[in-house]
Amino acid sequence: MPLSSADFSAIWLTIKLASLTTVILLVIGTPIALWLSRTRSWWRGPIGAVVALPLVLPPTVIGFYLLLTMGPHGYFGQFTQWLGLGTLTFSFAGLVIGSVIYSMPFVVQPLQNAFSAIGTRPLEVAATLRANPWDTFFSVILPLARPGFITASILGFAHTVGEFGVVLMIGGNIPDKTRVVSVQIYDHVEAMEYAQAHWLAGAMVVFAFLVLLALYSSRKTKMGWS
Amino acid sequence: MTFSLPRLIRPGLAAVIALVTAAAVHADEVQVAVAANFTAPIQAIAADFEKDTGHKLIAAYGATGQFYTQIKNGAPFEVFLSADDTTPQKLETEGDTVKGSRFTYAVGTLALWSAKEGYVDAKGDVLKQNAFKHLSIANPKAAPYGLAATQVLAKEGLTEKLKDKLVEGQNITQAYQFVSTGNAELGFVALSQIYKDGKVTSGSAWIVPASMHDPIKQDAVILNKGKDSAAAKALVEYLKGPKAAAVIKSYGYEL
Repeated sequence: MPLSSADFSAIWLTIKLASLTTVILLVIGTPIALWLSRTRSWWRGPIGAVVALPLVLPPTVIGFYLLLTMGPHGYFGQFTQWLGLGTLTFSFAGLVIGSVIYSMPFVVQPLQNAFSAIGTRPLEVAATLRANPWDTFFSVILPLARPGFITASILGFAHTVGEFGVVLMIGGNIPDKTRVVSVQIYDHVEAMEYAQAHWLAGAMVVFAFLVLLALYSSRKTKMGWS
Repeated sequence: MTFSLPRLIRPGLAAVIALVTAAAVHADEVQVAVAANFTAPIQAIAADFEKDTGHKLIAAYGATGQFYTQIKNGAPFEVFLSADDTTPQKLETEGDTVKGSRFTYAVGTLALWSAKEGYVDAKGDVLKQNAFKHLSIANPKAAPYGLAATQVLAKEGLTEKLKDKLVEGQNITQAYQFVSTGNAELGFVALSQIYKDGKVTSGSAWIVPASMHDPIKQDAVILNKGKDSAAAKALVEYLKGPKAAAVIKSYGYEL
């Protein structure tokens, strides 16, 4: 067997992290995207820019600030300590928070584009039929924006799997908690275990290709994500 | 005014090539791969070295295992200051170094350190009391100081007990960073990171006796890329000299 049990637990951990991150992002990303696609508020620009920040910032910047803010002297660290949770660096929960921030634009932007593409007309029609906002969301917006949700889920998941710098800076490389596949590959290379690095790295290339293949093959509508 | 593309391409290309090659090494520069634990001392040494010899030292800092991979894949380093002795030996047997250039430039000292004053006692009993949540070490598979740290824990019979409290930095710099930001209460670092002119600069530390782990012999070699470089030879000679030795010792290394 070319992959060790440590490799498999890294893979399992990565899948867990990416799945949880994607679910959380769909829950909090949907209202943000909906608001961004509908609002005429002055805040639209600044909020949109904040959501997109991780696209531009190097992971080292996000990792550095997370390390400081989640640490015992940081605001967030003091808050979690006050809650009795301790600090979240070196924990799976900490990685989830980091990943949610890091992958945010990859979920919000496809959703926002999908919502914008619906336009106002279907919503006005729904309103004249006396649909309440929840009805409108579940019976009109959700079905119409389905391709956007699929794209957002795939990209959010895949981008979290591809995360490295943030995890490296706040994770502490703990098996079953913070040692994800990308870090495990880095470890193998540093320890000169090239054969194992190859197996894992090769698997990542195949995974990434299949994900993108699924994404591009399924995109029949004009609903883009960028 | 019209621009023809071919007429623009040639000067454009020339400019790009000029920019790229301008970054390449001049005859009197030496590119050095430096183990992360030696960052502070080499910066002090570089200033003297440049003043005394007129050569310029360009340093890259990182983990030893990572440098090995980069060197094997054509990195432009001429001198390698490793954190161990096995990696330079390996490069030597694989024919990547100048024969006979390998020597021990420093012997590292391990320290158990906390950013908090009075947290670590002079004997390291804080480890046995086990009242902390995170103990930071460097990745033992890639960093000699991390390996030494695991040997100390084994010697104290604490390996199993502290297993779930270990957090790993990818190199000794990150192990230090976890402690200095307070995310880990304490950690095993290189003494050179917290030591200057004979004393610990901040927080509290236990200087681990050398008998508790395999010696951290740090070897240097001239790599094949530095074969004909006068600056590379000068640097190696300088590191063996009394002036560099004084600096190296002032950071807590043995010689």
